[in-house]
Amino acid sequence: MYDAPSLEKTVDQKSTKIAAKDVQVYYGNTHAIKDVNVDLLDKTVTAFIGPSGCGKSTFLRCLNRMNDTIDVCRVEGDILLDGEDIYDKRVDPVQLRAKVGMVFQKPNPFPKSIYDNVAYGPRIHGLARNKAELDEIVEKSLRRGAIWDEVKDRLDAPGTGLSGGQQQRLCIARAVATEPEVLLMDEPCSALDPIATAQVEELIDELREQYSVVIVTHSMQQAARVSQKTAFFHLGNLVEYGDTTQIFTNPVDPRTESYITGRIG
Amino acid sequence: MSAGILSLIVIGLGVLGYFLGRGRALSLATATGRKLHSLPGYYGQSVALFTAVPALLLMAAWLFLQPVLIDSRVNAMIPDSVIPEGGARSLVMADVRRIADGLDAMMADGGISENELDQMRADITNIRSRLANVGVALGSDVPVAVFDAAKEMRQSSKTGALAMTIAVLVLTLGAGGWTLMRINTDLRARNISENFVKALLIGASLVAILTTVGIVSSLLFETINFFKIYPAKDFFFSTVWNPQFRGGSDLGILPLLWGTFYVSLVALLVAVPVGLMIAIYLAEYASKHVRSVAKPAIEVLAGIPTIVYGLFALITVGPFLRDYIAEPLGLGSSSSSVLTAGLVMGIMLIPFVSSLSDDIINAVPQSMRDGSYGLGATQSETIKQVVLPAALPGVVGAVLLAASRAIGETMIVVMGAGAAAKLGLNPFEAMTTVTVKIVSQLTGDTEFASPETLVAFALGLTLFVFTLGLNILALYIVRKYREQYE
Amino acid sequence: MTDFTSSPTGANGRRRGGSLLELDARTKRRNASEARFRLMGVIAVSIGVIALIGLLSSILMNGASSFRQTYITLNVFLDPAKLDKAGDGDLEKIAKVTTFGYAPLIQKAMEAAIKENGAAVDGLNAKKAAELISKEAPADLRRFVLANPDKIGETVEFSLLAAGRIDGYFKGRVTMESAQLDRNISPEQLMLADKLKQAGVLQIKFNWAFFTAPDASDTRPEAAGLGVAILGSIYMMLIVLCLSLPLGVAASIYLEEFAPQNRWTDLIEVNISNLAAVPSIVFGILGLAIFINIAGLPQSAPVVGGLVLTLMTLPTIIIATRAALKAVPPSIRDAALGIGASKMQSVFHHVLPLAMPGILTGTIIGLAQALGETAPLLLIGMVAFVREYPASPPEGFFDPASALPVQVYNWTTRGDPAFVERASGAIIVLLVFLVIMNIAAIMLRRRFERRW
Repeated sequence: MYDAPSLEKTVDQKSTKIAAKDVQVYYGNTHAIKDVNVDLLDKTVTAFIGPSGCGKSTFLRCLNRMNDTIDVCRVEGDILLDGEDIYDKRVDPVQLRAKVGMVFQKPNPFPKSIYDNVAYGPRIHGLARNKAELDEIVEKSLRRGAIWDEVKDRLDAPGTGLSGGQQQRLCIARAVATEPEVLLMDEPCSALDPIATAQVEELIDELREQYSVVIVTHSMQQAARVSQKTAFFHLGNLVEYGDTTQIFTNPVDPRTESYITGRIG
Repeated sequence: MSAGILSLIVIGLGVLGYFLGRGRALSLATATGRKLHSLPGYYGQSVALFTAVPALLLMAAWLFLQPVLIDSRVNAMIPDSVIPEGGARSLVMADVRRIADGLDAMMADGGISENELDQMRADITNIRSRLANVGVALGSDVPVAVFDAAKEMRQSSKTGALAMTIAVLVLTLGAGGWTLMRINTDLRARNISENFVKALLIGASLVAILTTVGIVSSLLFETINFFKIYPAKDFFFSTVWNPQFRGGSDLGILPLLWGTFYVSLVALLVAVPVGLMIAIYLAEYASKHVRSVAKPAIEVLAGIPTIVYGLFALITVGPFLRDYIAEPLGLGSSSSSVLTAGLVMGIMLIPFVSSLSDDIINAVPQSMRDGSYGLGATQSETIKQVVLPAALPGVVGAVLLAASRAIGETMIVVMGAGAAAKLGLNPFEAMTTVTVKIVSQLTGDTEFASPETLVAFALGLTLFVFTLGLNILALYIVRKYREQYE
Repeated sequence: MTDFTSSPTGANGRRRGGSLLELDARTKRRNASEARFRLMGVIAVSIGVIALIGLLSSILMNGASSFRQTYITLNVFLDPAKLDKAGDGDLEKIAKVTTFGYAPLIQKAMEAAIKENGAAVDGLNAKKAAELISKEAPADLRRFVLANPDKIGETVEFSLLAAGRIDGYFKGRVTMESAQLDRNISPEQLMLADKLKQAGVLQIKFNWAFFTAPDASDTRPEAAGLGVAILGSIYMMLIVLCLSLPLGVAASIYLEEFAPQNRWTDLIEVNISNLAAVPSIVFGILGLAIFINIAGLPQSAPVVGGLVLTLMTLPTIIIATRAALKAVPPSIRDAALGIGASKMQSVFHHVLPLAMPGILTGTIIGLAQALGETAPLLLIGMVAFVREYPASPPEGFFDPASALPVQVYNWTTRGDPAFVERASGAIIVLLVFLVIMNIAAIMLRRRFERRW
């Protein structure tokens, strides 16, 4: 299932979910992201690839305003979610993040039970009217996170007691539970072993049916396996963006080619 | 020879030893034409260390032990008959000591010679007036046995001092000379002096153990004495605390424990919420500017001595609570009260709680916060539902440490809580605590061997056990907590 | 693994895709609760800061006046008929005249001063008028005469302490109303004081004696000073410094650099961290039981206080020193060991000098703690009333003395409200010492701060 994506899954007819226009990001005096323009499509997995420090994670964190928590970080340009500027003054980042969920590099389950980990988002956003509904959301999310069978008998056990791969799938289930429209994943497999990685990748492919997924990855093989669209970042610039097949087989920009073939990065 | 001069001599000999040792090593090296094992300074150093250190240690031990031994000897000379009705042996011993000092003063004045002193008899000479001349005022005439005991004490002290001088000098010269003789070019002087220094370092770190042993043994010893003359059952389970000067006291610890508990509870109710919120605000919300002002201000509170808080309770908080709250509401008319002491102690504990919590909150990994923000939680939701639960064990540890501070705090309760041992619920009433009673029982005029004084040691032991237990528990919890995130 | 089938709309049918630009009701509620939580934080910080300000201002307001003192300047005729009846200037005979012999001289001088300035107040006899002067004044006069017997027969100008109530009147503590109820002072006396002040006989001056004079008895708060207490505190700090610094540094070096990882080391470390949390009063009990009862050291002596405070300060210094040693990077040790230095040499030649600023900072902070410590000193008898200055060290270490914080406590237990002012003043002195020590520590840290 995780061979190179087949060409039938062409993405052209899908609508734009997030549009970034002339995005600049500064960390203090450092110009970290320069003139990024990109349209991320709905129901598509988009991979951000590039060498370390190229700004792919920074850009990802702009998409749900996680950079707000960093004092020195400043974002210019427009990022539109369904046509609405997420950096508009009227936008509450809390509401935005409910729509644009995020999964992090290191699995970070809360020191609570597995159930409470998943129920956390629905609770704060008030998605369930009663316990039964909450139970339903938790079960559904855990199923969608492909971890239900492993934990259904011990929902009261602490989430921190799971293995690394299980923790990451729990975190994905947790993110899914708030019913986001976009799911951002920041190197979700970098702390996992190959088997766990395979499980998570399989999961990402399934999530595509309902969400727009953006994944930052260090591994080009992973990008090729899970994504339909790929964006290559280099030194803060978006060098090339296109269908994954095209980027990996026939890159336009020489820098992309160098990176793909292992000469830089 | 006084101890001061003697120690100066020993140190002087040590310095001399350094140069002798160094010189000897150098001359041996030139004479034999062989290389020294160590730098010449190390030969000097080892001689100096062996010259001075054992002798000084001997002197310290001697100075500590001599009065103990002499006291027990002299004590045996005093028959029970000379102890006045209702008085105590310790008071007679105090007289003996003063007479002995007075005799020394007489000698120093040149009033009498050693021979005359030997001739002096308590029943013939008017000792009392002669002693009064040198500034030793005695309440009554001196019984023969007491005077003899004083003479004996004086004599033993003199002999002891002489013996000490000789012993110390012999040890200095002996050990120094022996080391000096041992010097040859192959002697590993550096290793010798380094091992010596290392032994000294170990000795220094044992002081901590000795202190604990000293605390525990002094508390235990006198507590056992106390329970010999006062039933332990009454001490632990009686609800009445009513010490009397003339015996027949009720010394139940319960009212004191209750007061301690009540005051500490009020203090924690003030300190924990405020301290915790301060820590949260400064760690999660405050701008750099606010933090740079507020944090040192809070820390200043921690550096203020407790006597200052005590005075604050006494002259400001106490009267304020009495005049504006307790009296209008008819709840009490005392300016010292549980609430006064508790509030002020709470203020004292705020920086303690906040700095401990600050460390603990900062130890919660950022990834945990990111996870919560990423799900769309607000900052306060993140703090309340993720950061605080994650930090809970550490915060509990901090609260326990604060509680242990609170029950051991003395000056604030001495000056703010009052002295009435009561089992009451009204926080505007004066109550008293274990520490207050330790102070009042040990600074009073009762004689040392009475239950009224000795009870302070039992109280001290109780306090020690409580605080130690809380500390060990708190440190254990905090350590476990830190391991979780390391 | 495709066992989920439900639609992404969610079980409760929450409307998806609502505009980001308008806040839904729930978000508004959540933001309000966020604001409330934040406000609680602000309130907590304010409580802390207000408590600090309240504490300091209460002490300052109560204590600042103790640095000024009311004096009455009188020309006292040192009557040879009273002081030197024999007229031969024999010092021993002059010394036989007690302070009671000097009181009439002051009374006469007072009478003269009142007459001269036309300050007489109805219903106030000479004896009552003389009560404006402190009871300490005759003793001061006697001291002067014994030091300068040749002045007998002359008229000398003296600045004499005014009585505590008069002093209190000018500081707002005593009023005409309170004087009516007060056995120690009458409104007439206060009126006289007002007139004398107008005439310039009575002045309010800076109170140097507060720093140098010894304590005074319950009825003479105006004469009470901190001299003995400051000296006692300095003596104790000397002892603490001389003992705890070498002991603490030695113990830290052993534990940090040499100690093997075994049970003994663990035991010592647990011991130290527990000692740091033992209530200070327990150290007082230790001092009483071991140093006074067993070792036979004198009560109220700085040496006992110094020893007790040393044991108390030791854990603080050890903890700070170990942190300072730990902050020296291992590369320094490796470098020294690498060129053939012994472990001991690497520690004493390289690590210790680099850690010294941190150690000294910790020591100063430990000393500051010790300086403010009160409870253990109460138990070893330092609360006693001491009027004699201790001799110079080392003998002085064994003389009875007081200490600054204990003097504060001592004064608060006395009846006369004038002592509250003195106690607050003494606290200000104590705090000034602490501030100086802390500034020294901060400067030391700034000056030598090193980033590896």
